[in-house]
Amino acid sequence: MTDASLPGAAGGGAAGAAPDLPRPGLPRPRGTAARARSVVRTRPWLAVLFLLPALVLLGALVAYPIGYTVWRSLYDANGSGFVGLKNFGTVFSDHGILTAVRNNAIWVAVAPTVATALGLVFAVLTERVRWGTAFKLVVFMPMAISMLAAGIIFRLVYDQDPSRGVANAVVVAVHDTFSSSAAYPGARPRPDSDLKPTAGGSYTSSSAAAMGRPNDLPLVGIPQNKLPGGAGQARPAPPRPDKVTGTVWLDFRPGGTGKPGVIDPGEKALSGVKVQAIKGGKVIASATSGKDGTYALPAKAAGAQLRLPSSNFAGKYNGIDWLGPSLITPSIIAGYVWMWAGFAMVLIAAGLAGVPRELLEQARVDGAGEWQVFRRITVPLLAPVLVVVMVTLMINVLKVFDLVYIIAPGQTQNDANVLALQLYLSSFGGGNDQGVGSAIGVILLLLVLPVMIFNIRRLRREGRR
Amino acid sequence: MAQMRTYTRTRTSRTTRIALAAVTASALALTAAACSSDSKKNDSKGSSPSASASASASGSAGGLQLPDLHGQKLEVAAVWTGPEQQNFQRVLDEFDKRTGAKSTYVPTGDSQSTFLGTKIAGGAPPDVAFLAQNGVLHQFADKGWLKPLGAPAQAQLTANFSPGWQQLGAWKGKQYGVYAKVSNKSLIWYNAKAFENAGATEPKTWADFLKTAETVYESGTAPVSVGGADGWTLTDWFENIYLSQAGPAKYDALAQHKIKWTDPSVTQALTTLGQLFTKQNLLAGGTKGALAADFPKSVTQVFTGSNPAAMVYEADFVSAFVSANTKAKVGTDAKVFPFPAVGSGKPPVVSGGDVAVALKDSPGAQALLTFIASTDAARIWAQGGGYVSPNKSLDFSAYPDDVQRSIAQALIASGDDFRFDMSDQAPAAFGGTKGEGEWKDLQDFLAKPQDVKGAQAALESDAAKAYGN
Repeated sequence: MTDASLPGAAGGGAAGAAPDLPRPGLPRPRGTAARARSVVRTRPWLAVLFLLPALVLLGALVAYPIGYTVWRSLYDANGSGFVGLKNFGTVFSDHGILTAVRNNAIWVAVAPTVATALGLVFAVLTERVRWGTAFKLVVFMPMAISMLAAGIIFRLVYDQDPSRGVANAVVVAVHDTFSSSAAYPGARPRPDSDLKPTAGGSYTSSSAAAMGRPNDLPLVGIPQNKLPGGAGQARPAPPRPDKVTGTVWLDFRPGGTGKPGVIDPGEKALSGVKVQAIKGGKVIASATSGKDGTYALPAKAAGAQLRLPSSNFAGKYNGIDWLGPSLITPSIIAGYVWMWAGFAMVLIAAGLAGVPRELLEQARVDGAGEWQVFRRITVPLLAPVLVVVMVTLMINVLKVFDLVYIIAPGQTQNDANVLALQLYLSSFGGGNDQGVGSAIGVILLLLVLPVMIFNIRRLRREGRR
Repeated sequence: MAQMRTYTRTRTSRTTRIALAAVTASALALTAAACSSDSKKNDSKGSSPSASASASASGSAGGLQLPDLHGQKLEVAAVWTGPEQQNFQRVLDEFDKRTGAKSTYVPTGDSQSTFLGTKIAGGAPPDVAFLAQNGVLHQFADKGWLKPLGAPAQAQLTANFSPGWQQLGAWKGKQYGVYAKVSNKSLIWYNAKAFENAGATEPKTWADFLKTAETVYESGTAPVSVGGADGWTLTDWFENIYLSQAGPAKYDALAQHKIKWTDPSVTQALTTLGQLFTKQNLLAGGTKGALAADFPKSVTQVFTGSNPAAMVYEADFVSAFVSANTKAKVGTDAKVFPFPAVGSGKPPVVSGGDVAVALKDSPGAQALLTFIASTDAARIWAQGGGYVSPNKSLDFSAYPDDVQRSIAQALIASGDDFRFDMSDQAPAAFGGTKGEGEWKDLQDFLAKPQDVKGAQAALESDAAKAYGN
């Protein structure tokens, strides 16, 4: 709420700075205005004296920094050479800064709306719940955390590793319930073996299969402790006159003591591996390896190439790339909403308490459904509060910095960039070009200004009412 | 933790990382307690022998003479915290004991040049500061904030340090600093059990290294853990390959941006690095896993879990990190080999370090620099572990364990063939900022290692912007 109070104070300061100007906008009773004017006229030094502390403070803390920033934005990185509007040119030609502008637009459009909508829903619903206060407390709690801490929390929530990031843990758990993963993710043949990688992650033998001799398919790259329980010693497949046979096994013995391509004692069988016979690009037969790793294909597979389809090796599902280039901004906005929905809720709930019960009762008596009551009575009556919340959040969102700075990993920081972050990066983050930084500051000010003006006017109107 | 600080000190984003680590490592409090009790033990044990050793050393060397500084107060600033700070505190205590001065240590936090800059601007600089970045020394010297070394300190420096390390502390013909604490950034740490299981041996060349990685992969273990979420680990990968492959002369030229990043030597180095990065199988967690792993994770996933990865590249401070955050024992479970030689080049030795400089023209500051440059100080410092000194007069027996000793030996043996971390020499905008410059460009390269030309173009345009040429 500091943001909201600041413009108010600034507005007051502006009014105080020119106290003797006629203020037609302020409809005061005539007598009071006349008296006020007369005090200023007769003893102006008294007025100045009373205003002085506020003027000095505002001047030093608000007016001077703004003026200095504007002045600074016209100078180069060292602050010595006047460059005119070149810094603004840099801002609007730099690709990264344009991304920041775009992201800011997304933030302003999405974050306040979602937070207010959620706050409204929470406020209306908790009014009916017995434990409403407890619920409100819980929802409001994130507000008690600093942005930095919230950023760290969400950095962890979005961690790619499902065993660390709760978001991906949920996604992976749900995904794995509906589709089982492959038996041997990551397995593959040795690079110099007969099996060569082919399209789609499958492996195909370069030589043709034959009957009467073992057509062995050695694989490596599976941790011993990830083999299915009870995996036994691999056995050479007995040659059969009417079948194409062979063994699929883990061609590796701890210590690297096994011979490549040979079934050594201690090397484990890979059961349940699908083997296909391919002729002319078509699957003509398929088999699955048994407990001892052996498989048998019908006689027609002779002369065909053997393929291990990719379904055997499909990697584990790793969840969603929350912090990747495409999802980073929505992810951070979600974190922001988590923090600020409680704020919206509390303000709206306060507004809700002021809504006259009779109106709601009356509507219900008149036969309106709950939804109609909400849509036609509650929301319109709450509109002023909703606007206050939205505007406050908008101002807050325009200067969002901490969450983005902390949550976005280095590689996608540019994709998540916002103006306030770019301001910091340009000014202090290595480049140390405070000219460009000031230019961004000025732009940010210009962007906040319309919202501020709107806010001040609304406050005035309210005061008049 | 000390190592947290070490690997992030010149970077802008460490608050995040430190805080993250603080949240994640639930064992942090425990390990911190363990660390402090350890060093206390060392303290009580170490104080009496070091005192006697110093007496004999000053007798035999005869060079180290410290003035009487009773009643004087000294302020020393450096980035170290935790065990590293306690370790250095023992050096300071010894100094106080010998001179009668009263010195206090001030941690600067990670934005060191900002911290010192404000102190200097405010007219109250610390007497002595340890600068983590070589570039900051130049910057401060140019501004006239540094005081050159006096004759006694210079004498210690000349006696104990090779010309390479001396020059690093000099700028425009004047000696300003002493590189008293350095790190060897050309090490690959590995999980001994994973190597044993795979029947792999320590590789000597890059080709061997890739072959070893394949062997390890065949055993079912993810071979190489890359901490790609932190851009600086990638710059260190590149620097090692480039130094070995292109040679020191080109390395220096590239560090000063006298040759462009579009140079064929860079193409070659990136292509070599791509031999590892393009192979999904060789990276722990594939490309995605590498990009998502920050430095702490890249180390812990090699030494913890049911199916740990086999190798991780980074500097000697990994050892401190391993002891603090995993159950693995450095020297038995966690072993180390030097970064392999690439092509026909020599094995690279890339190093980083903290340079002690005087910010005040006081006798106390000069005396402390003299002491820091002496072998006596290095010996006390080394006993605590997690410390490597470029002081060539220091006996290797001063190091507490074999791993630390071998790291120090490799560093001293390289003589002046070592090179200082390239990204730490570069302007911060290029070599030291999260999400920008070299860090970001190499992360993009890790994400798309086929696109060597694209990576070079991005590096060159960022370098040109940052160096301003």
